[in-house]
Amino acid sequence: MDKRIIKMIVVLTATAVLSGGILALVYKKAEPLIEANRLRELKKAIFLVLPEAKDYKTVEKKGFNIYIGIDENGSQVGYAFVATGPGFQGKIKMMVGLANDMKTLTGMKVLEQVETPGLGNRISEDTFQGQFKGLSTEPEITYVKNKKPEKPNEIQAITGATISSKSVVAIVNKELKKVVKALKEEEVEKTYGP
Amino acid sequence: MAPDGEVTLSKDFIKGLWKENPVIRQILGMCPTLAVTNSATNGLAMGLATTFVVISASTIVSIIKSLVPRQVRIATYVIIIASFVTIADLFLAAKFPSISKALGPYVPLIVVNCIILGRAEAFASKHPVHRAFIDALGMGVGFSWALILLGSIRELLGFGSIFGFKIMGAWFTPWIIMILPGGAFITLGIIIGLINQFTGSRTVDTSCH
Repeated sequence: MDKRIIKMIVVLTATAVLSGGILALVYKKAEPLIEANRLRELKKAIFLVLPEAKDYKTVEKKGFNIYIGIDENGSQVGYAFVATGPGFQGKIKMMVGLANDMKTLTGMKVLEQVETPGLGNRISEDTFQGQFKGLSTEPEITYVKNKKPEKPNEIQAITGATISSKSVVAIVNKELKKVVKALKEEEVEKTYGP
Repeated sequence: MAPDGEVTLSKDFIKGLWKENPVIRQILGMCPTLAVTNSATNGLAMGLATTFVVISASTIVSIIKSLVPRQVRIATYVIIIASFVTIADLFLAAKFPSISKALGPYVPLIVVNCIILGRAEAFASKHPVHRAFIDALGMGVGFSWALILLGSIRELLGFGSIFGFKIMGAWFTPWIIMILPGGAFITLGIIIGLINQFTGSRTVDTSCH
């Protein structure tokens, strides 16, 4: 009786320890590759929303990672940041590019979304994303339905996917406000000292 | 058991493809079958990942079957399966990030795919290693082709393409329902119905005897 229990414990423990050991090895091999993939994606997205950028540096402001795009001469071409928020079905994650004046968007790219295929997921199509390029952020970005946008701060929502379009606009507005505030506070610190 | 080893091995393989196909005959592993088959590529990737896990798990289970006490066998199998699933998940994330992203949480969910535990419990724990391997291979290939078929039909009707290649012309209006969850149920139901119709085998017949 006792022997059986001991055997059970030994077998389960051995299986768990072996599995754990093997997984640790595999993870050690895979982790740098996964990290490299993530960085490559990030870099691609930053350069997409800041077309003039050739390089970028990361600064952390109030818990945000803000990526500052730099062109070949070393001068700053704008800011990029990741904006995340709720969509129609799940989280939408975007990279947003902001010009130096902090009033114009230089681009937007959807990084992750689980919106309805064929409807909401068209937010990651270029025709929708492209509308954010050159968009004015003052006053707040808004959307129009079934007609061409007229004002510089308007985009046209996707037909049949108003909620997804609305969510994108809302997320960009909300995160943009926070990022601009963080960036402006930094400027004040620069001018007047801490 | 047939005296001829060759015949048994080929039978072990063939049965997974058709007679005991996990998707269209045993109706097992429905979660990944329905969830990821909105394109042929996703179906193929899920099929290959599952094939890898079922082969590895069945082989290991068959090797250690005499060492594992009956009372803890399921727990042991689950640890083994979970380890291989994690390896598959890490591998996809490292080498094929776009596929890994498309399959999302469904790769880790292979752990609870009943095909794998089913093969370990029903076959691998009772048969020698080479037969367990062939049986798992057959089940994996059978699962894969069913997923690719399902994914191709849904992608063709829902996007107008197969494996990303445009098939339908501009005249074609995509049936969006086909790439939504509902399309998976409709397509799978029709496939299973048609196959039952043409092979004339219905589970009702056997249960009536």
